[in-house]
Amino acid sequence: MVTDTTTNHEPPRVLDRVVIRFAGDSGDGMQLAGDRFTTSSALLGNDLATLPDFPAEIRAPAGTLAGVSAFQVHISDHDILTPGDDPNVLVAMNPAALRANLPTLPPGATIIANVDAFDDRNLAKAGFEENPLADGSLSAYTVYEVPMTSITTEVCKEAGVKPRDAERSKNFFALGLISWLYTRPLDATIAWIEARFSSNPMVKEANLRALKAGFHFGETAELFESSYEVRPAPLEPGEYVNVTGNTAVAWGLVAASQVSGLPLFLGTYPITPASDILHELSKHKNFGVRTFQAEDEIAGVGAALGAAFGGALGVTTTSGPGLDLKAETIGLAISLELPLVVVDIQRGGPSTGLPTKTEQGDLLHAMYGRHGEAPLPIVAASTPSHCFDVALEAVRLAVKYRTPVILLSDGYLANGTEPWRLPDVERLPRIDPGFATAPNHTRPDGTEEFWPYVRDETTLARPWAPPGVAGLEHRIGGLEKSDGSGNVAYDGANHERMTRLRAAKIAGIAADIPLMEVDDEQGGATVLVVGWGSTYGAIAAGVRRARALGYQVAHAHLTHLNPFPPNLGDVLRSYHSVLVPEVNLGQLSRLLRAEYLVDAVSFTKVQGVPFRAAEIEAAILHQLDAEARRDDDTGGGWPVSPAGEQ
Amino acid sequence: MTDLAEPGAIPLTTRKDWTSDQEVRWCPGCGDYSILAAVQMLLPELGVSRESTVFLSGIGCAARFPYYMNTYGLHSIHGRAPAIATGLAATRPDLDVWVVTGDGDSLSIGGNHLIHALRRNINLTILLFNNQIYGLTKGQYSPTSEVAKVTKSTPFGSLEQPFNPLSLALGAEATFVARTHDMDRKHMMETFRRAHAHRGASFVEIYQNCNVFNDGAFAQITGKDHRSEMLVPLVHGEPIRYGPEGEHGVVLRPDGSISLVEVADVNESELLVHDEHRENPGLAFQLSRLSRGPFEPTPIGVFRDVQRAEYGAEMSRQVEETTVRKGPGNLQDLLRSGSSWTVS
Repeated sequence: MVTDTTTNHEPPRVLDRVVIRFAGDSGDGMQLAGDRFTTSSALLGNDLATLPDFPAEIRAPAGTLAGVSAFQVHISDHDILTPGDDPNVLVAMNPAALRANLPTLPPGATIIANVDAFDDRNLAKAGFEENPLADGSLSAYTVYEVPMTSITTEVCKEAGVKPRDAERSKNFFALGLISWLYTRPLDATIAWIEARFSSNPMVKEANLRALKAGFHFGETAELFESSYEVRPAPLEPGEYVNVTGNTAVAWGLVAASQVSGLPLFLGTYPITPASDILHELSKHKNFGVRTFQAEDEIAGVGAALGAAFGGALGVTTTSGPGLDLKAETIGLAISLELPLVVVDIQRGGPSTGLPTKTEQGDLLHAMYGRHGEAPLPIVAASTPSHCFDVALEAVRLAVKYRTPVILLSDGYLANGTEPWRLPDVERLPRIDPGFATAPNHTRPDGTEEFWPYVRDETTLARPWAPPGVAGLEHRIGGLEKSDGSGNVAYDGANHERMTRLRAAKIAGIAADIPLMEVDDEQGGATVLVVGWGSTYGAIAAGVRRARALGYQVAHAHLTHLNPFPPNLGDVLRSYHSVLVPEVNLGQLSRLLRAEYLVDAVSFTKVQGVPFRAAEIEAAILHQLDAEARRDDDTGGGWPVSPAGEQ
Repeated sequence: MTDLAEPGAIPLTTRKDWTSDQEVRWCPGCGDYSILAAVQMLLPELGVSRESTVFLSGIGCAARFPYYMNTYGLHSIHGRAPAIATGLAATRPDLDVWVVTGDGDSLSIGGNHLIHALRRNINLTILLFNNQIYGLTKGQYSPTSEVAKVTKSTPFGSLEQPFNPLSLALGAEATFVARTHDMDRKHMMETFRRAHAHRGASFVEIYQNCNVFNDGAFAQITGKDHRSEMLVPLVHGEPIRYGPEGEHGVVLRPDGSISLVEVADVNESELLVHDEHRENPGLAFQLSRLSRGPFEPTPIGVFRDVQRAEYGAEMSRQVEETTVRKGPGNLQDLLRSGSSWTVS
């Protein structure tokens, strides 16, 4: 067994955490290598978080900076919140991968370079005038030069694979090497390769040989002083899987379909980074899931709305450009007051922007991006696994309040992973569609009829009466409707009443969502950090770091963005200052200022990547410093901590 | 639900049952009234139920149609009715879904949705009210207006080649394509009956007079005095001929084109025999372009009626077959379907 303990090395040194970044060309299989390493680590019981980072082009020119694809994974023996600020180990498959990632590599980090790829041509493509492996420019790092391509080609040649094809297995060599270095067993990866490539024995054999060669190289080359071990994290007992946000959204929607008894219909159009939800849901037809790849974004949401009219759970998935196109139909859904879930996996904008990079740029779009007074509930996921819960919550609100709901996730959550303790599905709360079954209005002559806009007194929701029930025939549409009967009505007083009713219905949801909980460990904080969505991990980690320095800081993280939790105003006003980090130019902070007249301080970044914990920590310290200066008027700069995540 | 009542069966409903309590608000004299009447008179004959019937529309004069039908109805947004209807028909194969649209709604802003609904063969009955003008926005040219049309938005005449709706539908792989006109209730009812009976997407173009903004657009062919000379009825299995005595006809030329002839000038056996079920849509396409506009002899009736798998039924089939093969989905198993591990 290749996983036997090594004999010619010291025992593995124990680390509490490590951040590894696999980087290579888009075609080098770095996402796959990272993903398999992650799975092995998950099976070992580490806590972990991942950050895939790839270009928008499928295959940018080989060897160039534009084509560099990377996968960062943070594994630890304790609870962690982010994929790590800076890698401890960089696997660089070529000079471009090295150059693209050097800026984030802290001194002392380890570089494992595929030395075969550092030829003149590749060095030139990456913009190196001298070979950095030879010119001493990497002296701050521990550099290991490994001939990955040539060894891989050699071992695969024995399996009868042509050198050109054999070279493609070098990602498995790298994976094998890193698996040895961090004492990950290969069993899971071997099983995966055998299943994945069962129909292509030659490729299977090549990948297996490359994987094992990498592992053996680590063991026998005496290049490395020792291997390392990151022990299992004390996770809560239970069954775990490692999920991406997009998978969790898809599973949450399936779960919502099951607990509501509503057949799931997804109408959508392929768009990065949302398409994987379509891919996942299209597999699950035995759950009664129907997926419809429409001719465009408008048809995707239109079909979902049509399905909702027919009594299905109508869902559409998209990203920013698609949300633009769906706006009119979402407005129609608001007017029709039908359940509809719109999942927006945010990416860098405006326009095509940064399709594969993350951003939180669509909050105000979700909030206001329709003509007329057109409020709807907005929920946002904080972590990859939280996407499951938020999908269920979006469906609950949509069905209960007969309204479109926008679920905001983003590219970071969509592709990032974390271990998720599986819920007991039997205990998931039921969602009652509450279909109308009988007429609800009596005419003056005593006969009964159905009025589609008679409202529930508590929720202000109207009845949902899909076609097929005799006696409930009715017509609805985008024209303003008469309160109650739903007949077309143009009079101003009725329009105002309906406008206020629609707004009150959404505002009233505040009474039906959890209160804002604050993580204020010692209870004495003056600074409250308020975030929403995928900044959760970085903010929580940044807050931990500030606390480790002896400061008291509170953290509140919003899942419901419209309406806000009912106590949010009180929470905000109970702190001296409110710091709002966002991966946009300050959208939540505007909403908070407008809604609560609090002097929220916006802290923003829009670089297509998540915040680093250190950045949040620095912003917190800066805010604490500003408070201190405000109190005693002494000066102060931006304190920055060099430490990694605690 | 049955598609058609037994022949001779007494209808269980009357026109009144299919008429909503809403006041019809089209302009007096609008062709839409006669189309509404034809539909309301046909439905009792089809043996279908009100609760299983849905009328869905976009925006435009024609799009008010659902409000006047005592069925389920949805008046949606401009051009999107075929897309919305797709979601409904794909999830509710038990329903009869009618889409009512106009030339602006379905050929301009909604062109994309129309062609894809036809291509996918969604089980919809699509009635396109073609009046060759924008009525609701008060008289701009439409994608079916003739070249050089002078309207409010084209005071020097339109520069655009119009769509031929039937050619477009045939090009979009439609399985049922027909044309009728608002001056002939019987022909409308017969055409709608056929369209309703067809499984899959049925496309019916209705020449419809807008007496306010484009009055008389079709008068040269649909006027009572002109019909026999100007309308070419298509009857499956019959030679295509028209005229008061059937003295005119259509022949297929050796070069593959079709043209109008005097029957007296040819052998009657040379007349083109209409075949709705021909797989190749080429001849139907040629018939759709026999006239250059509603001022030349124009074919009406069913141009094409072929069978092809219907999208919603196929979608249901995949769901059912997958469920039989894999068993009904188990949520807990789904969540475990990645590699799961247990922490004790």
